[in-house]
Amino acid sequence: MPYLDHAATTPMLPEAVTAVTAAMGELGNPSSLHTAGRRARRRVEESREQLAAAVGARPSEVIFTGGGTEADNLALKGLFWARRTADPGRTRVITSAVEHHAVMDAVEWLETHEGAKVVWLPVDRFGRVSPADLRAAIEADPDSVALVSVMWANNEVGTVQPVAELAGIAHEYAIPLHSDAVQAVGAVPVDFAAAGLDALTLTGHKLGGPYGAGALLLRRDAAATPLLHGGGQERDVRSGTLDVPGIVGLSTAAALAVERQPQTYRRLDTLRRRLVEGVREQVCDVLVNGHASQRLPGIAHFSFPGCEGDSLLMLLDARGIECSTGSACSAGVAQPSHVLLAMGATPAQARGSLRFSLGHTSTAEDVDAVLGAIGPVVERARKAGLS
Amino acid sequence: MKVLAAMSGGVDSAVAAARAVDAGHEVTGVHLALAAQPATLRHGARGCCTLEDSHDARRAADVLGIPFYVWDLAERFRADVIDDFVAEYAAGRTPNPCLRCNEKIKFAAVLDRALALGFDAVVTGHHARLDGGTLRRSVDLAKDQSYVLAVLTPEQLAHSIFPLGDSTKERVRAEAAARGLAVADKPDSHDICFIADGDTRGFLARELGSAEGPIVDAVSGERLGTHHGAHGFTVGQRRGLNITVPAPGGQPRYVLSIRPADNTVVVGPGELLQADEIQAGPVLWTSGAAPGDAFDCLVQLRAHGMVGEAGITVEGSRVLARLRRPERGVAAGQALVMYDGDRVLGSATISDARASLSAAGTPLTTTLRDA
Repeated sequence: MPYLDHAATTPMLPEAVTAVTAAMGELGNPSSLHTAGRRARRRVEESREQLAAAVGARPSEVIFTGGGTEADNLALKGLFWARRTADPGRTRVITSAVEHHAVMDAVEWLETHEGAKVVWLPVDRFGRVSPADLRAAIEADPDSVALVSVMWANNEVGTVQPVAELAGIAHEYAIPLHSDAVQAVGAVPVDFAAAGLDALTLTGHKLGGPYGAGALLLRRDAAATPLLHGGGQERDVRSGTLDVPGIVGLSTAAALAVERQPQTYRRLDTLRRRLVEGVREQVCDVLVNGHASQRLPGIAHFSFPGCEGDSLLMLLDARGIECSTGSACSAGVAQPSHVLLAMGATPAQARGSLRFSLGHTSTAEDVDAVLGAIGPVVERARKAGLS
Repeated sequence: MKVLAAMSGGVDSAVAAARAVDAGHEVTGVHLALAAQPATLRHGARGCCTLEDSHDARRAADVLGIPFYVWDLAERFRADVIDDFVAEYAAGRTPNPCLRCNEKIKFAAVLDRALALGFDAVVTGHHARLDGGTLRRSVDLAKDQSYVLAVLTPEQLAHSIFPLGDSTKERVRAEAAARGLAVADKPDSHDICFIADGDTRGFLARELGSAEGPIVDAVSGERLGTHHGAHGFTVGQRRGLNITVPAPGGQPRYVLSIRPADNTVVVGPGELLQADEIQAGPVLWTSGAAPGDAFDCLVQLRAHGMVGEAGITVEGSRVLARLRRPERGVAAGQALVMYDGDRVLGSATISDARASLSAAGTPLTTTLRDA
């Protein structure tokens, strides 16, 4: 079954499965003081060091969470509250118009419930944020900015943002910058310290680890108000008994994904080119969305004029090819993507879009399966038209 | 055949899909998202458009082992059903949105898309039978939905499958339970799906405003009271008129007509509601052609009842129905559906109902189902 939806979730690495399985068989709460507790604690701390080393962070900067959404919420709300508490005038949040819902909705919640004032940075037609726009947004009133959050790489079209440059600008004004790097870790080089970030979100299941295990990298000097109160297990910023198997799986997978990143990039980039060129050959009016060079290696995002993305997905699914319309909401209804709309696409173009995302198990056969089906599928979907 | 099963999340459409699978069809389930901003959870027995209903449909599809998708038809539904509903009320008529949904959404937008995508037919959980292209009432008269399907053309019916027409609702529920479908004891949906709180009058007031206007007596022309929006009334309505002037002889008064032009509600005694001559059109003949220029048949004048004998005269694309016995409260905007026994002959929208000079006697109203 050709699976081209690795940006939704990617198969767990066998090494991670082994590590998780072994950890599940071991007793011990990492907060306990006895032998079993110390053994579990050792697993957690070794994992913390392993993960920190893989992404250019210090072990004390790793806060394990229950996934990317929690890490994003902790970054956004936690930094906002801490900064506003220190200075009540800091109520502005600057973010991009193409963020994942985990950031976008958290920011909107702050706007609705906490009086945050949100500045949505526009993107160009390739999905890139302009550093000049960030500077202008800050300079409108530098003292009122609580934080900046711009994703490392977009989950729909794969465009990579100039996060290091953006962080540099934010730091000129002593403003912290968070980046959702859920799609980036393991796909492109990600170095927390080198990029100069204050906070970074990553998650296990996008890089070959388990679901429900993620982390927020948070600089030691960045204060965040907790979302979850309890035992204070993670630096007093995040409470909850540590999920030892999840943490072990996350770190094992992250270390391997980062180690293999250069080869993965080359391989996926080649496969993606084959996919994009093949689709272009068969569907002459197809639009390829995203940035030509500043992008993830595995995401190919297309708009098929006159087609409904739903129809395309269903027809491909019936042929055993699994992909995505980009963003699914809880009802399973694909809304016109806010990412494409922000990039200047029309609602009709946005609705006629498909995302194929390649990952570590992708093969040339997967790509060829798409190329074997896409011509007739687009033709049929076009007949069905836009509803 | 490759068939598309429309799955609302209710018990009927789940069993219909299951029977289509048993019949050997290659079935794909589709839930139609009709609400622009669906509620998360269902309230009571209303509607079919919450996320919970979508979830129920998905779980039924899981149990049946069929692929399942959600199609977003909220925009089409808004334009073709809700806006039409509001416009009809604004024009003083009483529309049937379920009928419109079948006509414009389920057996038009959905069927067209299904056919274009390579499906052969659409399966729904409607209680009605299809016999070689003839639409018939369900064996369960209390649940029969042939009235709201009578708007379908022969071409639409040729691509429709109604697997439930031979079963009572009770049997459908028992079968759902036996098949392990969790929706087996889900309450039936009532009322209008897009009016979640069931308050049609409030909905219309929000859509159309609630301009005060007179309630006048049809006989004397006297102003009897004030209403807060003429569209909140239905022809034949007796309760909720808030008239302070008592009628002569203490006779109850009924809404006789609604005049949108001067925002007036006309009321009067029940006799004036009697009608035995009904104009309706355009007419849709289920078999593609009228049975004759003039013929006798049964007619049904609203979704839940009002069945009687009539003589039909075909006048081009319209029909004139002469009822054997007058009916009370026939509303413009409702469908007149013609039946030969339990077989649907055709359907037309009622434009006018009046009493002929010979009208007399008591109305006969056969109640097909509990209101």
